[in-house]
Amino acid sequence: MSALQIKKGSSKHSAYNLRPTFSDVQESHTITVLVENEPGVLARVIGLFSGRGYNIDSLTVAEVDHEGHLSRITIVTTGTPQVIEQIKAQLGRIVSVRDVHDLTAEGSSVERELALMKVAGTGDKRVEALRLADIFRANVVDSTLESFIFQLTGAPEKIDAFADLMRPLGLVQVARTGVAALARGQD
Amino acid sequence: MTRQMTGAKMVVQALKDQGVDTVFGYPGGAVLPIYDEIFQQNDIRHILVRHEQGAVHAAEGYARSTGKVGVALVTSGPGATNAVTGLTDALMDSIPIIVLSGQVPTFMIGSDAFQEADTVGITRPCTKHNWLVKDTANLSSVIHQAFHVASSGRPGPVLVDIPKDVQFASAEYTPKPKAPVGHYQPQVKGDMETITQLVEALENAERPVFYTGGGVINSGPAASQLLRELVDATGIPITSTLMGLGAYPASGKHWLGMLGMHGLYEANLAMHGCDLMINIGARFDDRITGRIDAFSPKSKKAHIDIDPSSINKVIKADLPIVGDVAHVLEDMLKVWKARGRKVNREGLAKWWRQIEEWKQVNCLKYKPSETTIKPQYALERLEALTKGMDRYICTEVGQHQMWAAQFLGFEDPNRWMTSGGLGTMGYGTPASIGVQVAHPDALVVNVAGEASWLMNMQEMGTAVQFRLPVKQFILNNERLGMVRQWQQLLHGERYSHSWSEALPDFVKLAEAFGAKGILCKDPKDLDDAIMEMINYDGPVIFDCLVEKHENCFPMIPSGEPHNKMLLGDAKATNAIAGKGAVLV
Repeated sequence: MSALQIKKGSSKHSAYNLRPTFSDVQESHTITVLVENEPGVLARVIGLFSGRGYNIDSLTVAEVDHEGHLSRITIVTTGTPQVIEQIKAQLGRIVSVRDVHDLTAEGSSVERELALMKVAGTGDKRVEALRLADIFRANVVDSTLESFIFQLTGAPEKIDAFADLMRPLGLVQVARTGVAALARGQD
Repeated sequence: MTRQMTGAKMVVQALKDQGVDTVFGYPGGAVLPIYDEIFQQNDIRHILVRHEQGAVHAAEGYARSTGKVGVALVTSGPGATNAVTGLTDALMDSIPIIVLSGQVPTFMIGSDAFQEADTVGITRPCTKHNWLVKDTANLSSVIHQAFHVASSGRPGPVLVDIPKDVQFASAEYTPKPKAPVGHYQPQVKGDMETITQLVEALENAERPVFYTGGGVINSGPAASQLLRELVDATGIPITSTLMGLGAYPASGKHWLGMLGMHGLYEANLAMHGCDLMINIGARFDDRITGRIDAFSPKSKKAHIDIDPSSINKVIKADLPIVGDVAHVLEDMLKVWKARGRKVNREGLAKWWRQIEEWKQVNCLKYKPSETTIKPQYALERLEALTKGMDRYICTEVGQHQMWAAQFLGFEDPNRWMTSGGLGTMGYGTPASIGVQVAHPDALVVNVAGEASWLMNMQEMGTAVQFRLPVKQFILNNERLGMVRQWQQLLHGERYSHSWSEALPDFVKLAEAFGAKGILCKDPKDLDDAIMEMINYDGPVIFDCLVEKHENCFPMIPSGEPHNKMLLGDAKATNAIAGKGAVLV
C-alpha cells in the first residue's frame, strides 16, 4: 500500500489521528520509513527534517530487501503531537517513500541500539569496568593491557546508563549506531 | 515492437507520446544532442526564451492555462540553477511542469567540470521529485514516470537531469505505459462517512461559507462545474483564495470576492463569523488566516485536500477529507441530493442579510481623480473594456497583483495566472508568453508593476520573435509599491530603497524590441489607449503612469484576525506595530 493511501480508521499513522487540540507537550517518537533504495533518498528524508525545522535525535538506515531495493530508515524525533503528525504526513508525500509507521503510537515495539565504548585504565578501575560490563552483558571485543573496547546492545537507556558508569572509570570514546526498531507481533 | 534509439531521440519521442506540443527552452553544451533531435522534427514546437527562469515561468503559464503539463528544457550548470526560482514557484503553487536539464557526461560528474552543478541536489527541495538518469535504458521510462508524478495527486514540478553521454548512447525505447506504473498512486476518493457528516453539517448550518482554492482549478474543469452546481443549488456564499479565482464565476450571485490579507471585507467577515467553513482545495495559507488563534473562532471546519500533509498543518480540521476535489464534490452532491436537498433556509436568509450589510461598506472604494490615473481606475477600465473577450490575465507580484485580483472578474478557471505562494516578481511576462503560445488567438494581458516587469523584461524578445501578441499592462508608480506601503504602515514612512530613479522610457524600450509602446498618463485618454493596445496585432508595452503613493486596501494588518481590517480611509502611517511587525 502506498503511504499516501490513507483511509480513516485504517491505520494509526494517518493525518486523522490528531489529538483533540493542538498541544505544546514535546513527545519522543520512533518512526520507521520504508523507502525505495535509490541515490539521494536519504537526502530527501534528511532534507525534509532540516528544511521544515524538525528534530532528528537518532537516525539509522540500511538496505533490508535487496531484491525489492528497499531500505528501512528508523528515525527518533521529538515534537508536539501536531508536529509528529506533520512529520509523518510530510514523509508520506515523498515519492520514494513506500510506507511510514509511528512505532510509538502504534502499540508496543522493540528498540535496540549497538554501542562500542573504549575504556582506558589500570588497577581497580580496570577491574571494576570489567565487572560492570559483565552485569550489563557487554562483550569485550578488543583489549590491551591498559584498555578495553566493550560491545553493548540494548535499548538506548541501557546504553546511556552504561556510559554513565564507565565515565569515571576511564571512558575515552563512544560509537553508537542509533536506534533500529520493529513493531512487536506477527505483522 | 522494440525500438533502439539514442537518448536524445528518446527524449523527443517520450514527449511526443505524452502529447507535448510545446517546449520552452534555451540550448547549451550539455543539451546539444536533444536540440539536434528537435531540429529534425516538426511535431514539437520549441520556444526559445531569453533566460531559463523565463522558460520555467512560461511552462507554468502554459500549464495553468491549459491544465496540461508544461515542459522546459535547459542546459547544465547555470541553465539548471536559473530554473530554480521557477521550480520553487511551481512547487508552492502546485503547478505540473517538467524541467529537462542537461548534465555533464556521467564519467565527469563530481570533477567540477565546466558548467557542472549538482542539479538534483540543488533542486531536491524545490521539486516534487527529481531524477538523475545514468543509463539510457532507463531514460524513457523515467520521463513517462515524471509526467505521472507531475500531474497526479497534488501536482508539482519535477526535474529529469540527463548527462550528455546518456543522450548520445542508444538503448531500447520504453513506450508510454497504458496505466500508470510504480508505487506512486495517490488517493482520489474521499472517505464516504466523513463526506456524509459534512453534508449533514451543511444541511443544518446557519452561517456556512465555501472557502475554495487552487485545488479546485488543479482538479480540472469538472471540479469547477461541480462546485458551481453545489454552490448554486445550496445557496451558500462562496469566497476564494488568490489561487482559486475563476472556479466560481465572479458574476455568480453567491460570490463574495477574494478573501485574505487584501481580500474583500464581506468575504473576510463571512470567514470570521461563519459557523461552518468548507475548505475545498485551499491550504490555510498565512495570507488567508491572519492571526491563527483568532481565526474564525466559532466555526466547524471541513477541509478537502488531496495532500494529507495540508490537513491539520495550520488549522485543525473537524471534518478532514483526503481526496481529489472533483471526486469529493461529486460524492457530496450525490449524498446531499439523496438526503433530500436540505438546507437551513431560515438561517441562510438571515446570513445573507448580514452579508448584504457588510457589502454596503463598499470596501473597494477609492478617491477618484480627474488628473491622475488611479491604479484601481486603470483596472476598472481594463475590466470594462475586455469583459466578455476570450481573455487570460497574468500578473507580476505586488500592489498591482492585489488590485487585479480585486477589480478584475474571472468567469472561468485557468484564466488567471499569478505567483501566489512564492510571490515571484518577474513571473508575469514569461507566464504571459506561455499562455499566448497555448492560446494564440486569445487576449493575453500581463498586469504588471514597473519594478516586477523589469525583472524578466528580456522575454519581450521571445514575444517578438514568435509573434506572440502579449499585452504588458504596466501600472507605473515609479515605486516598489507594496514595499513602500509596508514602509508607510510599519517604518514611519522611511522609504528605504523602494523607488526607482532611472526607469527606462518604456515606449522607446518597446520600439527597441520591435514591439509597440503606448504611454498614458491622463485618465481621459485611458479608454482610447487601452483599446489601442487591445486592437494592435502584436506585443505591446503599455506604460500607464499612475498615482505614486496609492495604498492597497482593504488590508488585514499582519498579526491581526479577519475582523480587524484596515479600510481605504484608514490612517496608514505606523498602522502595524507590536507583534505583527515581525511577520511578512
